[in-house]
Amino acid sequence: MALAIIMYFNFIKNRKIFFVISITLVALSISAVLFFGLNLGIDFTGGATFGVNYQTKVPDFSEVQQVLAPLGLGEITLQKSGERGLVLKSKSITENQYGEILGILGGLGDIEEGSENFQSIGPLIGNELKQKTNIVIVLAIIAILLYIAVSFRKMSRPIKSYVYSVAGVVALFHDLLIPLGIFAVLGKLYGVEINIPIITAFLTVFGYSINDTVVVLDRIRENLIKNKTGDFAEAINDSLNQTFARSVNTSLTVLIVLSCLFIFGGEALRYFALTLLLGVGVGTYSSIFLVSPLVFSYTLAKQKRALRIK
Amino acid sequence: MLKKKNKIVLALIIALGFFVFNFVFPSYINSVVSWVQPKISFIPVLNQISGFPEKPFKLGLDLQGGSQLLYEADLSEVSGIENKDEAMQGLRDVIERRVNLFGVAESQVAVQREGESYRLSIELPGIKSLDEAIAMIGETPYLEFREEPADASNVDENTLALDYFIPTGLTGQYLKRASVIFNPTTYAPEVALEFNDEGSKMFEEITTRNVGKKLAIFIDNNLISAPNVNDAISGGNAQISGDFTAQEAKELARNLNAGALPVPISLISQNTVGPTLGAASLKTSLTAGILGLLGVCLFMLVFYRFSGLLSILALLCYTFILLSLFKLIPITLTLAGIGGLILSVGMAVDANVLIFERLREERQKTENFERAQEVAFQRAWPSIRDSNFTTLLIALIMFGFGTSFVKGFAVALSLGILASMFSALVVTKNLMMAFSATGLGKIKWLWQ
Repeated sequence: MALAIIMYFNFIKNRKIFFVISITLVALSISAVLFFGLNLGIDFTGGATFGVNYQTKVPDFSEVQQVLAPLGLGEITLQKSGERGLVLKSKSITENQYGEILGILGGLGDIEEGSENFQSIGPLIGNELKQKTNIVIVLAIIAILLYIAVSFRKMSRPIKSYVYSVAGVVALFHDLLIPLGIFAVLGKLYGVEINIPIITAFLTVFGYSINDTVVVLDRIRENLIKNKTGDFAEAINDSLNQTFARSVNTSLTVLIVLSCLFIFGGEALRYFALTLLLGVGVGTYSSIFLVSPLVFSYTLAKQKRALRIK
Repeated sequence: MLKKKNKIVLALIIALGFFVFNFVFPSYINSVVSWVQPKISFIPVLNQISGFPEKPFKLGLDLQGGSQLLYEADLSEVSGIENKDEAMQGLRDVIERRVNLFGVAESQVAVQREGESYRLSIELPGIKSLDEAIAMIGETPYLEFREEPADASNVDENTLALDYFIPTGLTGQYLKRASVIFNPTTYAPEVALEFNDEGSKMFEEITTRNVGKKLAIFIDNNLISAPNVNDAISGGNAQISGDFTAQEAKELARNLNAGALPVPISLISQNTVGPTLGAASLKTSLTAGILGLLGVCLFMLVFYRFSGLLSILALLCYTFILLSLFKLIPITLTLAGIGGLILSVGMAVDANVLIFERLREERQKTENFERAQEVAFQRAWPSIRDSNFTTLLIALIMFGFGTSFVKGFAVALSLGILASMFSALVVTKNLMMAFSATGLGKIKWLWQ
């Protein structure tokens, strides 16, 4: 008794609403990325972060800046992490200053013992990771495109297989751009950085959400073959209603665990979980509400044009 | 009725479940075993039972606290790939000795190659004074030759200590290189030393006054070798012979070279996590995982009722199989790995959802429950296969990425996917067949 079976939803009739929603979100995301840029973390830019947890409360940022000034660490960005955590970011903290900084910060309040963390990444490694990330992203996209091409190879009539493939690719970029836009906004507002875990999450979303799309389109193909005389719109609506519970429920189980990870999983995995949440959420939405209506609209437009030419 | 084959499979599943659970949490069964043991000690075979091994999970530095240091080695002075490899091994040995001296348990020093550059990755779990460790690691290896004191009495091999020998002034800077050669007559491996001009003169003087005695070679104050001086050696070429294997000779030459041609290293990245922070990360991520597991169980129960209950059993089986694999292989558990495990719990039940949704559809077509089940499993299989395939594909690509976070995540995810397919297609399927064959199969609302 999944929620979906209770009613029959006409996806095709309402498709324009979904198009508007998707186009708006994608447009907003692209502008966010263009205006705010992506806030790349030290994994890619090189630099250092230094974090400690205070036992009671984090001292004032101005105070921290003041006591650290004599060290000549260059520009320091300060952030809060959770309730009692202080994170310090700078381009040029060296390992030798680690103990010194820890001592100075300890002078401002009691630091929870063993709560410190310190990461520094040389510009060399940063560049290397950037290059590697680019390669992996390109590889992942190629792999998924190949997968789409192979999956839809056998599909034809009344729609050419490339139409399905193009719809799948559109969905892929839709699923990628919206979370990316949200991260551009989060980066601007809260200093959230794009780091290796977030890239990992994006890649995972690639692999995961393409399936819903394939399953829905596969069902359309099945239904089209079954009732050749039937209405195209009806076939799509049938397919979506048949696969709706499956798509939503498989995503829900993943979203449940990810929500737990986001809420209870601690600072280190928070934005990793958020990326997956957004990606899986948007991916499920696009596979249901965007891809098939897109295929329908495209075919409709083509038919109309064919009629006009006649 | 339940077929014989199903019964066997069911029994195997229960046995597997028993083993993986106890492997992950051995203390329960072990306390039972130790309670029962004295009472049955008179039975010959049963009193041999020893319980399950209490093997802990291997935790990564981000969970137990510690430092990871990455050094770039400057090998511009060394030519030839083989020589570079050897030089890195020598450096690794030197650094490993230093790190061990530091008293860090389970530290690891490994050579990494990244394109043209050679790197040394050092893991120091639970290190307290990072500054000191870094200073110590960065020092140039110090190779020196020491001689026996003039009033040398017969010395026991075991007492060959630093204090016993006297510095000769001959150090690594006078040694040009060391290499493995094979004695032309005996074919035994030997280590050839080649000194520079100044070194040759010093070596001649030293060997002249020490004929018949030991000449000890120390790196960073560790004794590497203490060969006997047979003759005074002039000309700057010497051989150390002994009954070592080719491997040992190679190691000695490598160590000598590490002192002769020091490879400068520079720290290019490091990551330090305090022990409390590591423990906190472990706790919060595990809490999230358990809550997520409970959430999924609740979801399956509400939406799929009795089938859901069976999928929960399969999911628990899945979780323990996965954890056992982590213990058994063993795979170091990192925060990324836990993230991957948690995500895979959500993905693991997907296969069950696909099967149950298919079952619903099939049951609208046929009254025969067993037939519907069979068809559902058959029809759901391509979807299950495909959905796992893409995720696995991406995980493989990620594995090639090399960064430890991504690798840890990819490994957990891939293992999770494989284990989840097993749990859905074997565990869930056989449980369903077993229970639907009983009277429960007739109660329709249970399975809806």
